[in-house]
Amino acid sequence: MTETLLALEGLTKAYPGVVANRNVSFSIGRGEIHALLGENGAGKSTLVKTIYGLVKPDSGSMILNGATFAPADPGAARRAGVAMVFQHFSLFDAMTVAENIVLGMDIPPSPRAIAGEVKRVSHLYGLPLDPDRIVGDLSAGERQRVEIIRCLLQDPKLLIMDEPTSVLTPQEVDILFTTLRKLSAEGTAILYISHKLGEIAALCDTATVLRQGQVVGTCDPRQTAPREMAELMVGTVLQSPVRATRPEGPILLALRSLTAPAPQQFGTALKGIDLIVRGGEVVGIGGVAGNGQDELVAALSGEMSVDDGMVLLADVPVGRAPVNARRAAGLLCGPEERLGHAAAPDMTLTENALMTGVARKELANHGFLRWPAARDFAKEIIAAFDVRTPGPENTARSLSGGNLQKFVIGREIMQDPKVLVVNQPTWGVDAAAAAAIRQALLTLADQGVAVVVISQDLDELMEVSDRFCALTDGRLSPSRPARGLTVDEIGMMLGGAHDLEAPHLGASGSTDERLASHMKQDTRP
Amino acid sequence: MDLSSINPILLLASLMVAATPILLAAIGELVVERAGVLNLGVEGMMITGAVCGFIIAVATGSPWLGFVGAAIGGAMLSLLFGVLTQFLLSNQVATGLALTLFGLGLSALMGQNYLGIRAPAFPDIHVPLLGDIPVIGPIVFQHDPMVYVGLFIVAAVWWFLNRTRAGLVLRAVGENHDAAHALGYHVRQTRLLAIMFGGACAGLGGAYLSLVRVPQWTEGMTAGAGWIALAIVVFASWRPGRLLLGAYIFGGVTVLQLNLQAAGLAVPVEYLSMSPYLATIAVLVIMSAGRAPGSLGRIFHAAR
Repeated sequence: MTETLLALEGLTKAYPGVVANRNVSFSIGRGEIHALLGENGAGKSTLVKTIYGLVKPDSGSMILNGATFAPADPGAARRAGVAMVFQHFSLFDAMTVAENIVLGMDIPPSPRAIAGEVKRVSHLYGLPLDPDRIVGDLSAGERQRVEIIRCLLQDPKLLIMDEPTSVLTPQEVDILFTTLRKLSAEGTAILYISHKLGEIAALCDTATVLRQGQVVGTCDPRQTAPREMAELMVGTVLQSPVRATRPEGPILLALRSLTAPAPQQFGTALKGIDLIVRGGEVVGIGGVAGNGQDELVAALSGEMSVDDGMVLLADVPVGRAPVNARRAAGLLCGPEERLGHAAAPDMTLTENALMTGVARKELANHGFLRWPAARDFAKEIIAAFDVRTPGPENTARSLSGGNLQKFVIGREIMQDPKVLVVNQPTWGVDAAAAAAIRQALLTLADQGVAVVVISQDLDELMEVSDRFCALTDGRLSPSRPARGLTVDEIGMMLGGAHDLEAPHLGASGSTDERLASHMKQDTRP
Repeated sequence: MDLSSINPILLLASLMVAATPILLAAIGELVVERAGVLNLGVEGMMITGAVCGFIIAVATGSPWLGFVGAAIGGAMLSLLFGVLTQFLLSNQVATGLALTLFGLGLSALMGQNYLGIRAPAFPDIHVPLLGDIPVIGPIVFQHDPMVYVGLFIVAAVWWFLNRTRAGLVLRAVGENHDAAHALGYHVRQTRLLAIMFGGACAGLGGAYLSLVRVPQWTEGMTAGAGWIALAIVVFASWRPGRLLLGAYIFGGVTVLQLNLQAAGLAVPVEYLSMSPYLATIAVLVIMSAGRAPGSLGRIFHAAR
């Protein structure tokens, strides 16, 4: 390793009721790609916000380039050479690419010069961008390019990347990694936050693992087994889901040329989707967000009405049936957004349990609610899915992401569905809760239920699915058996990333190496 | 009915005068909304400006000082809204409505001793050379100075929003306040300044009514002008050029219907009275293609 660029010494930051960072110390060398690993809530975000000047630590200090570093605001951090790409993009939808980039610079060049600069830098790093396009019209991958180029134009010494690959296709991830390796070769240090261990093993030189705000270990991710790192993150031994071989059941859900226009301006139209799901089978639908996932779920749940014959539930046409009629018939859905879609944030768990369970669990009697029964139902879910909460009278908002996700998925599972459709069932959920949810889905399939899992997490789909389809721009690929499918084949199925070009200077990392890194992503044992 | 009594040149000339109060209030609110704040208190700030301007103009004998006082009065009232919504995180809709009611009451109280007094004269200026052009001269170049101040403010706002870095930051704050905060911009300060600019403009618009259009003080004299200014901002898709068009359509139809009433058109007066509102909204709805600023009306909490 070369000389130290940034050293953190004893950083501590407490919020009311929780210590986000406790005595965190580590250092990053010049040109080093340093991974910061940890579960949700481990304090990664607080730590990088401290480095970027958004959070002031209660105690501890930072040394950048041998001098004390205590940025008062992000502007000061940027001037010191620290740049950051945010997890939830800090972009302005209604503005052009050039305007967005100017907003992230402290001494902006003239508008004409910026367009030229954007073109030059984007070409140099293989990240093509048109400076005049409106950001709201760009894909997730392109939006991330805007953020990266915004950082690169400032010649950063340290580039912080917070979960950069969660919205990218495998091809886009490859391009990103090539860019990052090139930056590292030029001497830029990168602090890379992720929980995808395969990526970290492929990309990073050093990894620091945080758990509950404390550094619990430092390792070389290329030498350390992913399982070891995962257990370091979680602090316990992980259970891997068990899949039994199941007999082929009857066809429970059939989609016949499911076609629907985009429900709103930035939505995606569904184009002739054909799919058959049998009882006892898990079908995984992969694809990058915004390719029709939300619309497909809406068409299945009944939030969007389609032609009657397009959706068949056990041979009965339900395409026009409203949401509760479909629930009553046994077609249950768990949408992606926990707070606001799957659950009403400020209502209690009992009320939330009631809202989807009212038909199948008979929680209402001639329009009058049966509160004791609803409370019992909520308690059953809490007990069966190990939801950590003081009781069913707590609001949905008060639960952590993983616990609420267990609750909303559990709520559907406890209603004995015939068909269960879930969208992003483990998004933003810690590894232990994710494993529990996946196991519950597999157990459900063992009982003869037809399960459709829509996810952007390919590892997850490979783990739970029997068959895999890709959803691209509202079209569904023919399904293929999930077992034995390679990352390359999945990438081909997902399509996308057509407009990407290879970076123009000799970048390290062969294609084979990068593909291998993807295949290693199966980190859960 | 005698349509020949309507002089088209006078009609067009009075259009600019009729549009000015709404134009002033609306351009201020446009800046406020582009910064992501919905201030429904325009009516209250306008009438407070009207009474402040009137009192100061009467006391000093100078309409110009009256306008300055009106701008300050409007800005002070909006500052109250700003502190409540930006620092105490109160609901913007409720606070704005309360501000309107508060402004109406406050202005009535302040103006008790000023009923029935005439405002000091605010003479029209006759722009040299341009004012002598036949037809166009009387229509465009023979008005009081505030008409041109209003046009200048619209042009300046357009330039500020589209050509300056501060304007870009203001739009960024209105579009996505979390992202702007993450990049290190000061969301509250930016919004507070925008709110005060909006208050000052609304105050000018109100004072234009009490010092130029009427020109005297009566309770509740804004009579809904603040609300139409709010509507024009939305239907103009938050763009200054369209806002100018909307204000002029409103002003034009207002003076036209007044002339038609005077000419004795055989249509109930109520229909004529509502025509400016209908015409303005109809035209702007047809043109409307814009999208509201992304963070409009949302409460910003920096702790997250």
